[in-house]
Amino acid sequence: MREITYRDAIREALYEEMERDETVFIIGEDVGVYGNIFGITEGFIEKFGKERVRDTPLSEMAILGCAVGAAMTGMRPVAEIMYVDFTGVCFDQIINQAAKMRFMSGGKTKVPLVIRANGMGAGFQAAAQHSQCLEALFMHIPGLKVVVPATPYDAKGLLKTAIRDDDPVVYLEHKMLYSIKGPVPEEDYAVPFGVADVKRSGDDITVVATQAMLHKVLRVAQTIASKGIELEVIDPRTLFPLDKRTIVESVKKTGKALIVTEECKVGGAGAEIAAIIAEEAFDYLEAPIGRIGAPHIPVPFSPPLEEFYIPSERKIEEAVQKLISIK
Amino acid sequence: MLGEKELLKIYETMLRIRSFETKVAELFAAGKIPGLYHLSIGQEAIPAGACLALEKGDYLISHHRGHGHMIGVGLEMSKMFAELFGKEAGYNRGRGGSMHLADFERNILGANGIVGAGIVIATGSGLSAKLRKTKQITICFFGDGASQEGTFHEGLNLAAIWKLPVIFLCENNQYAFSYPARSGCPVGIASRAVAYGIPGVKVDGNDPLEVYNAVKDAAARARSGDGPTLIEAITYRWQGHWEGDPDHHKEIYRPRTEIQEWMAKDPIERFREKLMKMKLLSEETDGEIKKKIQVEVEEAVKFAEAAPYPDPKEMAKDVFATMVVELE
Repeated sequence: MREITYRDAIREALYEEMERDETVFIIGEDVGVYGNIFGITEGFIEKFGKERVRDTPLSEMAILGCAVGAAMTGMRPVAEIMYVDFTGVCFDQIINQAAKMRFMSGGKTKVPLVIRANGMGAGFQAAAQHSQCLEALFMHIPGLKVVVPATPYDAKGLLKTAIRDDDPVVYLEHKMLYSIKGPVPEEDYAVPFGVADVKRSGDDITVVATQAMLHKVLRVAQTIASKGIELEVIDPRTLFPLDKRTIVESVKKTGKALIVTEECKVGGAGAEIAAIIAEEAFDYLEAPIGRIGAPHIPVPFSPPLEEFYIPSERKIEEAVQKLISIK
Repeated sequence: MLGEKELLKIYETMLRIRSFETKVAELFAAGKIPGLYHLSIGQEAIPAGACLALEKGDYLISHHRGHGHMIGVGLEMSKMFAELFGKEAGYNRGRGGSMHLADFERNILGANGIVGAGIVIATGSGLSAKLRKTKQITICFFGDGASQEGTFHEGLNLAAIWKLPVIFLCENNQYAFSYPARSGCPVGIASRAVAYGIPGVKVDGNDPLEVYNAVKDAAARARSGDGPTLIEAITYRWQGHWEGDPDHHKEIYRPRTEIQEWMAKDPIERFREKLMKMKLLSEETDGEIKKKIQVEVEEAVKFAEAAPYPDPKEMAKDVFATMVVELE
């Protein structure tokens, strides 16, 4: 199978869906003439025209509000927020409007909206307002689906599902993944929401990881296998809906669980996953549930500070070893 | 020029809104309906005039003080009351209440509990109509308080640069809760339109014909692709900000004399006198209309009171279009 980047996978999904369905349009900052700061929509304005690839002024509330209004009236907008951090200036439209419209109406409207939040995550020395992982904020709001693709295959397949879905979807792109390559089929496919992917099977410990952390965990799994420790690595792919069953069944098999996310650990998506394991697989646990996340500190700028801040492979390996040693 | 039928319709609509709101106040005070209520008594001329200038299929976006707009476009009072009582037969099946009344079958995209949020949502229904090449326009009602929100700037600017078919109708009732509009916007809200290069029209919001004419012009402009208009309709809220606002019973932020001055400019009484002078209304027909509306209101309340409550288990189906959430 051909290999393409995460960036190109997102790009292909958008391109193909816009070709397939003319109610799909893109609205956001620097999406048209500039082609998105990560190059995702380069050439789109030439292909689809400026009516469907809409450059906006710097008005995140208007971008999201316009997308909500259009979604309720027959369109399928893909609203782009340049960095997930900027959702801070349009949070009302996400958590009070998009998320709640259907419920408040008594199920009489729908909001088929994709919010593509670009550039999530640290590793770029982009500092505290351009580097956060905010998945837990969205996961906490009823009415939103939260997608965290980690591979090019999932990036494309999940974005297709997001665009075809009749509910608001927060699609979070991790900035350190745009350049990674992976196999992506040429033919049309979609990855369903709420189905985790078991990236590696093993009997010794279940490790649940998302986005950039998934790749670190897989590298650790590779090296640690030579020491005879087999990790079962699970990528939930969507945090809401969450595939509890795959995670819980895996923990029942291995008896041990470690959750690795880049977000601040306090109140994170990882905390929710840990709580689910405690509720549903407590009797199978042979050790406390392990959790790795960033400290409760804004993402720092200076390279050594940022490097220390982001959960490292060493830290993951140490946590695995510690849990494995508990008999 | 409006004919006899339309003029009487405006009068009836205003009366219907007044009767509805008065009944809501009564039911709330008696503890019969749950929730938070923001009533539009004194402001009836705006929805009565504005809604008459709309066409079937046009989009309407309202706000927390939105009962009048719903009645203005002809929503049924029985289903509105049912919603306020929290019943399954309500427009929102008891999921929304007063601040979220909507009727998607009629393109009434809803009231909103967040001040100013609808202003940017209106750009979306406007854009949608434009992209789908329909002739639908969107009317977005909001208050003087909302005009101080950031969404006002972002929404009007976006609508202006994209020439979206939207009418932004600011109901300036003089106070954003306790904060005076004149303090929040010394230049006057309509004047801000200049900054966006769109028409800004200030009208007497207690005169339904002035409102009608302004909305009619704005609708024609929007429908012909010339873009949005900002209308500021000056009016006054007789009740407190919410039912229970202590200002309604003692002076906190509004002098009693000011309220009395505005009550003397009652839009309904003024219009009644006008219709009398035009010989379109007599004391007798006026009495008949009022009686008819009173019966409608009483029957609507009776329907709502008798209607069943929703089943709690059913609400798990309404969060998402494509999945049912767990209730455990």
